Amino acid sequence: MEDKVINVIDFTAAYGDNIIIENINFDVYNGEKFVILGGSGCGKSTLLKHMIGLYRPAKGSILIEGEDIAKAEGKERIEILKNIGVSYQSGALFGSMTVLENVTLPIEQYTDLSKESIDLIARMKLNLVGLTGSEEKMPSELSGGMIKRAALARAMALDPDMLFLDEPSAGLDPITSAELDQLIIQLSKSLGVTFVIVTHELNSIYNIADRVIMLDKDTKGIIASGEPEYLRDNSEIPIVQKFFKRQTDEQLGG
Amino acid sequence: MNKADKISSLPSLEALTEDNNTLRLKIKGTLDAYTTGKIWNDSLVALKNTKPKELIVDGAAIDYCDASGIALLVNLQLRQEKSGGSYKVEGLSDETNKLYKLFDPADFKEPGKPDPLYSDNKIEAAGKLSYQVWEEIKIYIVFTGRVTVGLINAILNPHKIRWREVFVTSEKFGANALFIIALVNFLVGLVIAFQSAVPMKAYGAQVFVADLLVIAYFKELGPLMTAFVVNGRSGSAFAAELGTMKVNEELDALDTMGLDPVPFLVIPKVIASLIMLPILTVFGNLFGLIGGLVVMFSLGFTFTTYINQLTTAATFGMLLSGLFKTLFFAVIIAGVGCLAGMRASKGPSAVGDAATKAVVIGIVLMIVVDGLFGVIYYILGI
Repeated sequence: MEDKVINVIDFTAAYGDNIIIENINFDVYNGEKFVILGGSGCGKSTLLKHMIGLYRPAKGSILIEGEDIAKAEGKERIEILKNIGVSYQSGALFGSMTVLENVTLPIEQYTDLSKESIDLIARMKLNLVGLTGSEEKMPSELSGGMIKRAALARAMALDPDMLFLDEPSAGLDPITSAELDQLIIQLSKSLGVTFVIVTHELNSIYNIADRVIMLDKDTKGIIASGEPEYLRDNSEIPIVQKFFKRQTDEQLGG
Repeated sequence: MNKADKISSLPSLEALTEDNNTLRLKIKGTLDAYTTGKIWNDSLVALKNTKPKELIVDGAAIDYCDASGIALLVNLQLRQEKSGGSYKVEGLSDETNKLYKLFDPADFKEPGKPDPLYSDNKIEAAGKLSYQVWEEIKIYIVFTGRVTVGLINAILNPHKIRWREVFVTSEKFGANALFIIALVNFLVGLVIAFQSAVPMKAYGAQVFVADLLVIAYFKELGPLMTAFVVNGRSGSAFAAELGTMKVNEELDALDTMGLDPVPFLVIPKVIASLIMLPILTVFGNLFGLIGGLVVMFSLGFTFTTYINQLTTAATFGMLLSGLFKTLFFAVIIAGVGCLAGMRASKGPSAVGDAATKAVVIGIVLMIVVDGLFGVIYYILGI
């Protein structure tokens, strides 16, 4: 059995009194491409933001390599954060810095390397995502797909063991989105990185996912988990079928 | 059905009471967003007047119906069910029926009103409000602490300061503001000198306008006017910058890189403000006095008289006491601006709200601090 690198235990997320996710449990294994699915507003991004320690769980805990990320503080927290890379829905590149500076920032922060070697590392990461030649551009000069790729390069800057991607292909055309999927698969193969990806792009899911969990707005929990193809063909839960087959109630009935 | 047909057939309503307990509403014509209103009230009135046990809506003669028409059907159903009667729709075309089936009337029931005893509890409301105010104050106290720690760390490790950011901000904050600072202070100096010259003429004390102006300017007007203008320019800009970063998840990204936004984003701005605001204030004082000079010229005094008057009235300590205050104003402008930006909510108006908040809170805090300094200086005899 592979190792579990992330444990989500009896986890509940809430904004004030408004409970978004209630009492869920799951694990992510080392090196897998794990996808969180669900309709709009079911708490996918909320779950991801809890997993990277931006929010504290209302109940339960999330362990990243055995450490509770919500309870860690100071150096302990930074040790955990150094090991994870995050790419946000909007890319979240720093607008006042060039693409290269965006990638060098985390490296400068945590290593004592010379400027020359830091630049080289950053250029290599940008090369990996196909952005060689755009190093000196400002984020505002990039297209949507390039921003997402630059964000991925920044997330990989410190060679983390885990990458968290929030809707990496949202708002991209099918070709760019397929390229991004290929990139993820390639990185997973060559670097052995564990991916946790939030998405609702069906094509991406079939392409990338080793295992998925599906959240549901009404039950506030996980309604299905497993391999995407298996869920598509075997799940008897109506919402899961609707999701994978892009159908409405009526089509299912008929 | 094309658009012309739809417009041509206005809906009509026929209310038939079949026996004492049944009301049949026959609807004819087009029910869309433009025409449904024509029979909306009539149908509700018919329902209200007859209060039938059974309501049948006969839609056989409806030639077109969109979601607005469905809203009428749902409304009738809800009202009928509320008064305890039964409800039936007949004769809808397949197309309309499909649309009708999309909406479950149960989803549109008015939510129950909250318990008035509970929501009107004044003591509880007062408690909640004071709790919120306290939480707000706490945020400012914590933030002040973080900025102070950040500044101390910056002084101890000056190589860790992002100097490029400091210089870029200094240029925007200081150099680019020089013209407006000069203009505003020149005009304020001119107006104050002129307004005080008029009553002083009655006592033959016009020459003392210079004394009044320089004391007012060095102690209060120069620092305050300059800080207000800079607050409007840069405090709002800081809030907008950080607010946009918040909305774009850039602050989250910093957080997950383990970078604290205070030393990374706030401290460079605070340092730039600390350097530039006193310098701007010196220029503000200068241009305020030039404004006074213009008035003094027009009253027939010479340049030498004006300068003599200034040098006898003003002291170096007076100038310094004013400049010392600007250090606090500088921290308020940068700190409040950045904090407002970091606390921006999500959504399109968030950044604008943050900028407004930064300017308003900044001005209020500066006035309060200025008042405190007035008291302290008075007690110290400065």
